[in-house]
Amino acid sequence: MTTLDQVHENNKAKVIDIQGGQGIRQRLGQMGIHPGDTIMMLRYGALRGPILIEVHGSQVALGRRIASRILVEEIE
Amino acid sequence: MRIALAGQPNCGKSTIFNSIAGYKAITSNFPGTTVKYTETKTHIEGYTCNCIDLPGTYSLTSGDPAELEARRHLLSGEVDVIINVIDASLLCRSLELTLQLLELEVPMILCLNMMDEAQRKGIQIDAPKLSNLLGVPVIPTIATTGKGLKELFIDVLRVREEKRIGKTPKFSKDIEEIVSQLDSILNSEWPVKEKVPTRFLSIKLLENDEFFINETKRNSNATNRIRPLQEKLEQIHGSPSDEVISSERHALAMNLFEKVSTVIHPPKRDIRITIDNWVMHKFFGYLILVGVFYGFFNFIFGIGGYIEEPLMELFDYWIGGLEEFFGKGSLALFLFRGVLQGIAGGIAIVLPYLVPFLIGLSILEDVGYLPRVAFLMDVFMHKIGLHGKSIIPFILGYGCSVPAVMATRILEFPQHRFIVSILTTMIPCAARITIIFGLVAFFISPNAALMIFALNILVVAVSGKILSTLYPEPGSLGLILEIPAYQLPPLKNTLKKSWYRIREFIVIAWPLLIIGSALLALMEYGKVDLYFNRFLSPLTHLLGLPVSVGATLIFGLLRKELSLIMLTQALGTTQVLTVMTKSQIMVFTVFVTFYIPCLATIAALWKEIGKKGALLAILFTLSVAIILALITHIFFGIFPLW
Ligand SMILES: Nc1nc2c(ncn2[C@@H]2O[C@H](COP(=O)(O)OP(=O)(O)OP(=O)(O)O)[C@@H](O)[C@H]2O)c(=O)[nH]1
Ligand SMILES: [Mg+2]
Repeated sequence: MTTLDQVHENNKAKVIDIQGGQGIRQRLGQMGIHPGDTIMMLRYGALRGPILIEVHGSQVALGRRIASRILVEEIE
Repeated sequence: MRIALAGQPNCGKSTIFNSIAGYKAITSNFPGTTVKYTETKTHIEGYTCNCIDLPGTYSLTSGDPAELEARRHLLSGEVDVIINVIDASLLCRSLELTLQLLELEVPMILCLNMMDEAQRKGIQIDAPKLSNLLGVPVIPTIATTGKGLKELFIDVLRVREEKRIGKTPKFSKDIEEIVSQLDSILNSEWPVKEKVPTRFLSIKLLENDEFFINETKRNSNATNRIRPLQEKLEQIHGSPSDEVISSERHALAMNLFEKVSTVIHPPKRDIRITIDNWVMHKFFGYLILVGVFYGFFNFIFGIGGYIEEPLMELFDYWIGGLEEFFGKGSLALFLFRGVLQGIAGGIAIVLPYLVPFLIGLSILEDVGYLPRVAFLMDVFMHKIGLHGKSIIPFILGYGCSVPAVMATRILEFPQHRFIVSILTTMIPCAARITIIFGLVAFFISPNAALMIFALNILVVAVSGKILSTLYPEPGSLGLILEIPAYQLPPLKNTLKKSWYRIREFIVIAWPLLIIGSALLALMEYGKVDLYFNRFLSPLTHLLGLPVSVGATLIFGLLRKELSLIMLTQALGTTQVLTVMTKSQIMVFTVFVTFYIPCLATIAALWKEIGKKGALLAILFTLSVAIILALITHIFFGIFPLW
């Protein structure tokens, strides 16, 4: 188990849990990110900038702080 | 009959709205273009309808102010038919909102928009089957070409007549049980003002929706009985009740999605992915960013400068002719010269830069470059206490400060909205850009104009740092932003949008310029302008500017363009260099770029961040303008570059 910001580019991961309050869960849920969903890591931004992921066919940019609150399991 | 267009951000609602309204709502390729509703009257098959375009909303749970506006309309009970627009290429996620809309039990129709995108992704959707499952008509459309829109609006009438409210798929049994328990509590005691269906409210309360929980707390003590039900859900599922409901809804949406869609071929190798490999690249992305804006700058100056020169000469010739015709010092001469200079300012100075600028901005918006800029700039925005999404109001600010201030509604946190609202007013809007181009680039050099833009960005960043230190946002989560796929700008819409914005100058600002210019001419004739100039003389003196520019600064508060047009009027010549030194032009432009927002912007600020906020913005920008103009004055005093 790791956090989303640790997943390597072009790897997939499955969401295990989202750590944080209702606010963050809600905002991520609206983007289609819930426990159980599969996320593909597309790229990292420069200088610890945001990450870009693909989830349910849409691309979403997430700040590193948020990404580090998403617990995932990498899928080989 | 009221029809509302509702859906997630960037699915094409405003494009559909414009197909019946003419170009009335701005469309662009980034989530959060529409932040307030637009309404239009239309006729469908002889029926008169009011159609409203709403801001996009990811869900019906409390959100940012733009989402809340959409929700307010949808819950008002005044909507007769909902057109739920869906981006067909993102069907799975979009269905989560659809499920919530169905719970409202309002006649509804599903519009599967962006079918072309879905096809490109290789997704085939069985619309009749989806229609069967949800109990509402499902119409595939491509809004940019108009395909399917006629059928859509004809079906709207049918849905309204048949009162087709659709059927909501049920949650799992244990959740449904708790929902119906809460239903009966609510039926005996209705705790909120909104007249929404009981089931809808039950679910929202179980979801711990901030707005409804607070309403309930205020009006009744039903919350005592709601909490145990939430706890029961939490016990059964082992996660917070909001997550239980949203996961359940998510599962329902995925289930529907799997039933109605098939992937017929893997997505075609998409050139857009290759483009993003460069545009969002850690290093080249920033090079491209600088290149795009530098290219944009040269594009505007190339076109504008080329046109300004001959036109100015022509008008100068005519103005000279007036003098001969009316004789020096006559009232008629002052008046006609004022009017002619107002007209000349619009045609020769403003439009040559405004038109290419607004077309360029529209193209950047429609391609989908703005959210990429937000991604790239996020890191730097963090340094000034904001995050990447704030770049969108900033970029819109180069067009006009009013929509830029309103665009802060897409920011989640009040302190961010406050800070960004004030900062966007310091970004030179199209009017001020024409001043920078028409005065500095034209009379001094394009590089001097670039310097002003660079200085501006620096000052905005420093101001951002200062403001975010004064007004910190403790709850900030950071960036969460959908990055939509690139689109070829739909040429017709892009041009219509540019025209929509240019027209605003032509019908509102330009007449004002002509009147203002004539007024100043009359004031000069009656020597009234001397009072204004004397009043501002401490300032103009401090900055080393000609006393006669004082009045133009006051008029500039009405419309920023006025400062420039009336400058030529006040100085009595379009050959500015004969009466002002290059350093004075720099000082004047720096001051005009930063000082006090125009009236319309102050009104927008007042509305978005309150009276105190607007007042703070006025004082802040005025101090910044004076300090910077003074520094510029001193700088050129020590280093006379020209
Ligand atoms: N390819 C394609 N693009 C479309 C279609 N409909 C709209 N667009 C484009 O999608 C983008 C978003 O359209 P808008 O009409 O602004 O979307 P909206 O739903 O009003 O967005 P918000 O106001 O942000 O909620 C624009 O660039 C449109 O040109 C379509 O059917 N196919
Ligand atoms: Mg819109």
